[in-house]
Amino acid sequence: MPYDPRLIQPMREEMTRIGAKELTTVPEVDAALGDPKGTMLVFVNSVCGCAAGNARPALTLALKHSVVPTQVVTVFAGQDVEAAARARQYFSDYQPSSPSMALLRDGEVVHFVHRHQIEGRSPQAIASDLTAAFERFCGATV
Amino acid sequence: MTGHVFHPGHHELHGITVIVETVGTRVYVGRFDSQDDAGVHLNDVGVFDSATGGSKADYLQRSARFGIRAEHKHLLVPSQDVATITRLAELHP
Repeated sequence: MPYDPRLIQPMREEMTRIGAKELTTVPEVDAALGDPKGTMLVFVNSVCGCAAGNARPALTLALKHSVVPTQVVTVFAGQDVEAAARARQYFSDYQPSSPSMALLRDGEVVHFVHRHQIEGRSPQAIASDLTAAFERFCGATV
Repeated sequence: MTGHVFHPGHHELHGITVIVETVGTRVYVGRFDSQDDAGVHLNDVGVFDSATGGSKADYLQRSARFGIRAEHKHLLVPSQDVATITRLAELHP
């Protein structure tokens, strides 16, 4: 059951404030993920305080790095249910969890951060892993 | 809504995805909720039974890399069956 929109609005805004494009419908998801060019980070947002409460600031920190994905989009699990389910079809090798993050390059998943890799870790530690992935996969191709 | 969120009064593993090894052939992977006299309460739980074939190590590595295929929304691992509890994140796929 979706949460009270008033409850999650600050969690949505925490992502859109850093430039993530929010995808709330299936057509929006298909428009963004169905055109696989360049690098894109998909953040699966979540209400969960213990994990998402660290994942959002981690992404905020990571996106201050010199090398970042071309696009950042976000879907909200448990709220925009159909959009989240559709987004997960684009990385269906990975079991659904939220929060989670998929880094795609030309439509292929090149790095995935599961919920279990977020739980109990500081935003700085999570961000450090993300920036390492950005440097590996989002830099200039040779 | 940012930064660390603690759970006062909860077990230190509350909300953490763990591997529960048993004294038998089964291993469980799920989100730790609590532990009491009855056993370990898990949410969104995957189960592997080496008695049915396959490698437990492979199952755990696959879970760490691709996530947990949850077969049970909630599950209690009886106290007498629990051997060890470790964080899934400690595995490196």
